[in-house]
Amino acid sequence: MRRSSMRHLLLLAALSALGGCATFEPPKPWEKGQLAKPEMQFDYDRLDARAQVHVYTSKEGASGGYGVGGGGCGCN
Amino acid sequence: MHNAIVMKTSRIVVAAALCAAALVTPALAVEAGQAAPALSLPSLKGEVVALDKLRGKVVYVDFWASWCGPCRRSFPWMNEMQQKYGARGFSVLAVNVDKKRADADKFLAQIPANFTVVFDETGATPTAWAVKGMPSSYLVDARGNVTFVERGFLDESKGPLEERIKALLAAKN
Repeated sequence: MRRSSMRHLLLLAALSALGGCATFEPPKPWEKGQLAKPEMQFDYDRLDARAQVHVYTSKEGASGGYGVGGGGCGCN
Repeated sequence: MHNAIVMKTSRIVVAAALCAAALVTPALAVEAGQAAPALSLPSLKGEVVALDKLRGKVVYVDFWASWCGPCRRSFPWMNEMQQKYGARGFSVLAVNVDKKRADADKFLAQIPANFTVVFDETGATPTAWAVKGMPSSYLVDARGNVTFVERGFLDESKGPLEERIKALLAAKN
């Protein structure tokens, strides 16, 4: 009896945890202050970004696809 | 002993259920033609500014943050509009949504504003207005209705926005 109720509880907990993931909300437009910081950009270090692009272009024949410009505020 | 484990587990279950229940119900976006939602926030000097108290004026409600590039560009234009049309019953009401007041103060030290700036660190007001992007501006007419919503700020939209302000001021008198 005890054992099975324990199991049920654990199952319920596991299921609720699954639901918890579903309720994740991305930050609102006015909450993106941290994301808008320069250090949050993929190409924050210009020199490093250029070197990486060069490596990709010369070794892999690929270029572009580094995301969009601007901060995470979705406004630039 | 066993009981303690059951208690602990049920506590976890309750916590998980509460987390699930904390689902934020999505607020409907404020669109043109709707009455402006309530807005009552403290200004730079600490006095509370309410949007309903500005009834009879054309109000340009602007949500901005110090970290938002286009907001920075919109300030000189808002200063200009306030200066040009303030005497005719136009008012810019800029709502700062920075989490840290110090960031906003730094911004305002760099780009002084000659219009009313109010502060909402909690995010309750942008939630009520269902702000979809930064900056977001709402042109509110003399009767307190939203007549136009502008998301983002582009140099190209300055002209059309000014025309709308002028039209609302003309309709008011």
